[in-house]
Amino acid sequence: MSTETSPRGSAPGAGVAATDVAVVDHTAAADRRAERMRLLAQPVLVLLLTGGVLAWAFSRDLNATQQASISVANLATLTWQHVLITVAVVVIVVALAVPLGTLLTRPGWTRLAPVFVGIANIGAAAPAIGLLVLFYLATRTTGFWIGVLPIAFYSLLPVLRNTILGYQQVDPTLIDAGRGQGMSARTVLRRVEFPMAVPYILAGLRTSLVLAVGTATLCFLVSAGGLGVLIDTGYKLRDNVTLVVGAVLAVSLALLVDWLGALAEVYLGPKGLR
Amino acid sequence: MTDTASRKGTAAHHDHTHGVEIVLDDVVKRYPGQVDAAVDHVSMTIPAGETVVFVGPSGCGKTTTMRMINRLIEPSSGRITIGGKDALSIDPDQLRRGIGYSIQQAGLFPHLTVAKNVATVPGLIGWDRKHIAERTDEMLDLVGLDPDTYRDRYPRQLSGGQQQRVGVARALAADPPVLLMDEPFGAVDPITRGLLQDELMRLQSELGKTIVFVTHDFNEAVKLGDRIAVLGSQSHIMQYDTPEAILANPANDMVAGFVGADASLKQLTLSRVRDVRLIECPTAHEDGSVDEMRRALLARRRQWGLILDARNRPVRWVSPAHLATVDSLRDVGDPVGEILSVQSTLQDALEALLAESSASTVVTGRRGEYVGLITIDTLVENLRQLRDEHADDHDDLSDPGPSALDEPGGAQRAPEELAP
Repeated sequence: MSTETSPRGSAPGAGVAATDVAVVDHTAAADRRAERMRLLAQPVLVLLLTGGVLAWAFSRDLNATQQASISVANLATLTWQHVLITVAVVVIVVALAVPLGTLLTRPGWTRLAPVFVGIANIGAAAPAIGLLVLFYLATRTTGFWIGVLPIAFYSLLPVLRNTILGYQQVDPTLIDAGRGQGMSARTVLRRVEFPMAVPYILAGLRTSLVLAVGTATLCFLVSAGGLGVLIDTGYKLRDNVTLVVGAVLAVSLALLVDWLGALAEVYLGPKGLR
Repeated sequence: MTDTASRKGTAAHHDHTHGVEIVLDDVVKRYPGQVDAAVDHVSMTIPAGETVVFVGPSGCGKTTTMRMINRLIEPSSGRITIGGKDALSIDPDQLRRGIGYSIQQAGLFPHLTVAKNVATVPGLIGWDRKHIAERTDEMLDLVGLDPDTYRDRYPRQLSGGQQQRVGVARALAADPPVLLMDEPFGAVDPITRGLLQDELMRLQSELGKTIVFVTHDFNEAVKLGDRIAVLGSQSHIMQYDTPEAILANPANDMVAGFVGADASLKQLTLSRVRDVRLIECPTAHEDGSVDEMRRALLARRRQWGLILDARNRPVRWVSPAHLATVDSLRDVGDPVGEILSVQSTLQDALEALLAESSASTVVTGRRGEYVGLITIDTLVENLRQLRDEHADDHDDLSDPGPSALDEPGGAQRAPEELAP
């Protein structure tokens, strides 16, 4: 899986020669069209999938256990747990990876970057289920945070890598222009470097979101809830209806989260770079 | 020949901060782990309100030298004063807010609008919103961009030349006395570059800032500089003088190589037609007497005269042959081709003479009235005079000591001589 996600389209580099601009614009325009189509189609697909699977499940004769797991209340609770896990993971990832990535690109700290990227790489390379189980074995407890923390570690890398990449791709002449006009290093960071890195950070965030929402289905292992509970129940009881509902809802939620990530990329990035 | 002040005009506009003097005193930049200093004991005085161009081969340290003035690079030793104040004693960020800075490819912030880019330094020094907005519009106006059209655009929506203009507007926004420009026009096409250079000269004649301009293009240096510092390796000053003096008498082989084989042609761009002695030819109005004109022509070695219209504008050339068979000066003779204005450079004059393949070209004044004729001899004489003037500018080439550089060539230049 590629973790160095590049931001949507092509960031207009200041150094692009005039002759290249037309070509870049052309492909960028095509990319933008495809992206717009996806932005429209994806929520429709989510609605169809969710509506379809629920209509299918509720129109069947459900036995008592099925009625317990596929009740509106239970589905809502599990989905809400799933969302909470994802949100908690993403908040931790952003709160950790963005400041860390910023620090690791400051003069004097760059030498430490490979160490932290290496650690994050281990988190990303290890199977999520392994991390969950190891963390459970290490703490001998279960619950929300025992699910959230290993997943946060697992999805840290994309944001960290992209934050570093985002700062590295800032044209040094812009930093020079900022300093040369009397901005302090901190002001240049806040007003020039960070805004320029935001599209990259958002692209990394979207990848992390998708990782988090996907691996959150494993949280049932440590009793942290989530839609994985349905899949687990369906599997253990050989109850295909519950299994299908759990799986399809997990897929829909992942698509929805990815769509939100895409929206964030489009609307939260600096306007001049779009 | 021409005085620098009259050529480029250094009159300060009363609304603007006039430039201040910059003095580099024995400045050295040494990077750790390198045997040779990047900038080795450089001393020079950059006079207030003048444009000084650092020119030299790449890697000679000219940019390093310039960047030490606003301390983007800290000197290893030496002193730099700007307007009498020690630059090294001021907080670098504060120092830089008082020095305009314009770089190659403009260095505009792509995520900010044109207006926000221009407002960078005023924002940093805490002007109020209204003042900043007014100033931004004024600056865009100054560099020839309509504020209503361009204010809210993003840099990527501008052409290279427009970006560069915004870059200059941004550098000037807080009205600094000093402007540092690091190859600002290096990345635009030659035509746009020419326009931007003209624009900068126009701005400078209004503003009278002290400008330090770095380039590797000697033609650009000749065009823009009141003075040129030709720098060799380790930023050693090979020659620091007016463009006229450098072209007329390069201090050494390296400078001569940099000036190039066409020094005389470049020299011609520095003088204007109004600065040289024009010659006269017989003239007559269209309703004048044919006989008188014929006599005037035959009385002189020059066999051609000019017919002028009612407003003294040259219309046609006539020779005695034309006049032999006519009884009116109307509709007689050959139409006048190329016409030069007194504002034209001597290079334009040469071009006109070659294009016409004639011995002389008509010069007209502001309203198109006849002023005189310029000939190839006029140009040759002009160059000879310049060389004579600068012949002994630097008898001692081996030691470009600080004292010689403090008064770069100014003392021995003769006043302008126009009339015979």
